[in-house]
Order: sequence, then C-alpha cells, then structure tokens
Amino acid sequence: MHHRLSKVLLALPPAAYLVVFFAVPSLLMLLASFRYPGEYGGLAPWYYIDDGQLSLDLTTENWLRLVESTIYLGLLLKSLGFALLTTLICALMAYPLALTIARSPKRHRDLLLLLVILPFWSNFLVRIYAWMIIFSPQGALSEGLNAVTGLLGLEPVNLMFSSTAVIVCLVYVHLPFMILPLYANLEKHDPALLDAAQDLGANARQRFWKITWPLSLPGIYAGGVLVFIPSLGIFAIPDLLGGTNGIMIGNVIKQQFVEARDWPFGSVLSLVLTAITLMLVAIAGRFGRPKGTANG
Amino acid sequence: MLEIIDVSRRYGEYLALRDVNLRVHAGEFFTLLGPSGCGKTTLLRSIAGFDHPDSGDILLDGKSLLHLPPEKRPVHTVFQSYALFPHMTVADNIAFPLRMAKLDKTEIARRVEEVLEDVRLPDKARHYPQALSGGQRQRIAIARALVNRPRLLLLDEPLSALDAKLREQMQIELINLQKDIGITFVYVTHDQGEALALSHRIAVMNQGEISQIDEPAQLYNCPGNRFVADFIGQCNILDGTVIESHSDRVDVELDGLGRISLSAHIPANLHSGERCALTLRPEKIRLAKQLEANDAELHFRGQVHDTLYMGDVTIYIVELGEGVKVEALLANSAPGRARLFDPGDTVEIAWHADAGHLVR
Repeated sequence: MHHRLSKVLLALPPAAYLVVFFAVPSLLMLLASFRYPGEYGGLAPWYYIDDGQLSLDLTTENWLRLVESTIYLGLLLKSLGFALLTTLICALMAYPLALTIARSPKRHRDLLLLLVILPFWSNFLVRIYAWMIIFSPQGALSEGLNAVTGLLGLEPVNLMFSSTAVIVCLVYVHLPFMILPLYANLEKHDPALLDAAQDLGANARQRFWKITWPLSLPGIYAGGVLVFIPSLGIFAIPDLLGGTNGIMIGNVIKQQFVEARDWPFGSVLSLVLTAITLMLVAIAGRFGRPKGTANG
Repeated sequence: MLEIIDVSRRYGEYLALRDVNLRVHAGEFFTLLGPSGCGKTTLLRSIAGFDHPDSGDILLDGKSLLHLPPEKRPVHTVFQSYALFPHMTVADNIAFPLRMAKLDKTEIARRVEEVLEDVRLPDKARHYPQALSGGQRQRIAIARALVNRPRLLLLDEPLSALDAKLREQMQIELINLQKDIGITFVYVTHDQGEALALSHRIAVMNQGEISQIDEPAQLYNCPGNRFVADFIGQCNILDGTVIESHSDRVDVELDGLGRISLSAHIPANLHSGERCALTLRPEKIRLAKQLEANDAELHFRGQVHDTLYMGDVTIYIVELGEGVKVEALLANSAPGRARLFDPGDTVEIAWHADAGHLVR
C-alpha cells in the first residue's frame, strides 16, 4: 500500500505537467479547430445565447479546407520528406562520429563530446545567420562553387533561399541530437561481445552488422525522434534560408496565427502535425526497445 | 597438440610473459593457475589471437597460429562475462559460429539442437539470454563455443561469476562434458581448488613465468618451490639450512627447531650449507595432548597459539618455540565441541619423516 502510494506521488508531477501543458492545450486547439476566426484575429465565440437558448457556433469548414486543398497536404508531405532526409543524413554523419568517440580512449571522450555540444553555447538564430553569410551569393562557398560550375559550362548555382540550404542547416542544427543518444548507446556496448564474435569467426564487417548495428538501433531510434520531430515543425530555418521554395509546414502554421490571423485553420494544421508526431513516437518506441527485454 | 614455445610479452616496463614454454596434449583438461596479474589471461588471449607475443611461437598441431587473426583460428573461447549476444535468442547465439562458417540451414538447426541437448537446456532455444539464470547462461556460452567443434576450447575463469553451490555443480558438469566430447580444454583460473578438482594437468604461473607444471596430486604433495607450496592449499613453510645430503635422506637444521633428518621428496643437487624450506601440509601433522613415540616420526612439543573454527575442522596454530609456528588441523568428529584445545594448552605434534617436501 505504502509502495503504491509513493509510486502515485512520484508519477504525479510529470502527469500534472503533461495535463497542464499538453493535454489541456491540445483540447483547446481541438475546440479552436472547429471555431470561426475572430474579426480581428483570435477566435469568435463558440456559443451564443439567444432568448435564453444556448446555441453552439461551430463549423467543420476548417477541416474541410485542409482536405479539399492539395496545397497543405502537399506541404505536409514535403515537410515530412525534409525531416526524413535530415534524419537520414544526420544518422549517416553521426554514426561514424559517435562510434569513433565511443571507442576512443576514455580520457579523450569528454573533450570530443564537448566539441559536439560546443555549438549550443551560441544562440540558435546567430548560427543560422552565420549560414546566411556562408550561403550568400557573395560568399566564398557560392563563389567557389560557381567558379567550378562556370568552368564546366554550367549555370551558376544559387545556394541561398533553396531547399538545399534548408536541409544543410537542418542537419547542422540537429546533428548533436543524433550524436549524443547514439554515443550514449554505443558507449555501453560490452567490448567482450565483439571479442566473442571475432573469436567465433566473424570478420570486421560481420562484427559490425551482426553485433554493433543491431545493438545500436535503440540509439538510432532515440536520435531519430529527437531530430525528426523538431525538423518537422521548424519554421525559423526555412523562414531565413528557404525563400519560397524551402517553405515548410511550420511556416504555414506560423503564418495562420501571425499573418493570416486564422487561428482555427492554424489549429487544424498544428493538430495534424501533433498527430503525426505522436504516431511516429509510438512507432519508434515500439521498435526502439532492445530485443530480449520483453521476455526478461 | 598445443605448443607454447619461448613466448614473451611486454607491456611497456611490465613483463607479462617471460619465456613461457608448455605443451598441451590432445584431449587434455589443462589449467593455467595463478594469482591475478601472473600472465595467465595474457597467455590465453595470445592463444585466442587477441594478444600477440613479442617473441616465441604458438603452434597448434605443429602449425604456427601467430599469423592468423582470432576469427581464423580453430580455437574458441568461453569468456568470463559469457559475452552472450543480448539481441539474439539462445538458438541464434549458438548458431552464430555456424553461420559465420556458412554451414547450411538444416545442418545448423541439427547441431544447435544437439549441443543444447549436451548442455541439458533443450527447451531454452527461443529464450533471450537475459531470461536465463547465471548457470544457464554459462552453459549456453559453453555450447556456443563448442558447437563448431574447435580444436581447442579456451575457458577464461568461466565459473567465477557463479555462487559456490552452483560452481561445484558446474565443475562436475564441465568434467563430464569434456570427457564426453573429447575436446582439449585450456582453462584459466585463480582458484586453486577449482584447478585441482578439474584438471588433468596444471601450470602454476607467477609473475609471467611458469612455476611448475604437474598433475594436481603431484602439485599438491610435491610443490617444486615455495610459491607453489604457498599458493596451492594451506601449507606450513619451515625455513632451514641443509647440513648434509644423502641418497635417501637429508639432514636439515630447521630455524628454531633444530636438526632433523628427512626422507623422500628431496630436490636434486642439494648442497651442504644451502638454504631450503620444508613444506608441510597441515593435514599431515598429528596433534594430541600426548603422542606415543614412533621412530618413523619427528616429534615436537609446543603451545597452542590460536584456533580457527572452520566447521568441519578446527585449525590449531601451534608455537614450537622461538617464533616458529605451524598449522595443524583436527576434524571436529567429537560431538558438540568446537575445539579440543584452547590457546595456551601444551600439545605434542608429530609428522612422518617423509611427509613434507623440501624446496629451495
């Protein structure tokens, strides 16, 4: 009895946090998605009292707008594609790095990890502005690249305000979120397992694909979730670097709330994004669990 | 079949192996025994291929193993931590070496089933290692190392993680398994009791060198030097000086005990005046309030200094004069008594002139 009480008490603060900052806002958004926009932004009242009779003033037209127009669904798909590509590139870049750090001598590891998280010490927006300078047509990168394309007789490339710029910056910003969980996973691997595999006849490639890789999957799923979700909803990077081509669903949601002042439709798009995210977390949670723990 | 020839290994200043020579016969249960840091694990890892000797050679069936990486050596290891793959079922763990060897599926399935029978865990094939007990994991680790029929099985302190009861049971199983399958075992342990119980022959190692290689009984009864005498079992080591060496006996002046004449187990070429030590097992010593005189025995009188109650036996530490103490033990066969003598009691002790073993 005592034990159960302490369990409940321990679970209470996070549960309360989730209710207040996630469940309640989500329900408010759900309600908002069926309401009319207010005349000057915000929301119109969702009920009125006429002759002492309570009437609801709700509509499904916000949701119909989403379904009827291909623009938003297309943009959602494109954003999913961007986030997926970002996650893949991050995984490909982070894996060798995390593995190198995890297998380097203990005294070097802390320094290497410090280097990984060093970018966090400067402001996010400042770092994106830095990329604007790098990508700008007068920047060394563009000029260098166009010198090469010029020699080859190709059209000059414009890096700024492109999908490429958005992806590069998304990868840059989110890479540490892939490296850290992956490192945390790889670092825990028992080196005796690799010795055992080698002893039993596995060459270097087999040792990686049969032992290291499957054991690191939970780390990849964890990192994948940490990269994919913020990439999917991000608006600052496409705002600054994407131009019209690089726009993502996050920008549209922001536009609905800030510029178009259409909160109900903004709520619809947000809810769809939240639903997709929750689904993906559930899937990653299912696959991310290490094998064998279910039986144990 | 396995020959270690003049193998040395140095880590910086530290000499882990020094001119190690030994020969393991086919079908033998051979044990490397020694305290931690004696080089036994380095030697084992050198045979497996995870460590490389600086000089010397390691031959298996007359062919050098040194140029082969671990995965190409016909030698498998049972690791101290078992190193079972946590993401694979028991069956997949055991099938691992067979898949690496690219055997066909039906053959793999047949062999996995067979070896699971051998270690008496046929119903655990679909379990994950985490769901098994320590003893079961141990058996799976052995099954995995045996399934591809290595020429040689290396075992690195495989029982050290088990509790005492289970360890004894696993020792019996290991002996029987080795007898049944006939594969040569090279076993590493720091536990002298385990080594004595399991092995056909034991190499005692100390500071990177082989101290003695012998059968268990020979090692116990005739230790070749002080280290072996001290490391294996309880042993009284009485220092002295050789007075005169004869063909069948040697006269020795034991420090604080005076001159005695010993027979049997005398090392060759003992010179007069040379320092030596008599190694004497506590159970070879008779102890009583009074002992009848016997010509074949050496007789001493002393005072009980301390007693250690061990349950089945009590150890009596008897001072024979001038700081010379010997340990003797008596079985507690009398009902209801923890000890027969108390500290301060005067007792007589005796041992046969051929009971001990003289070492340099």
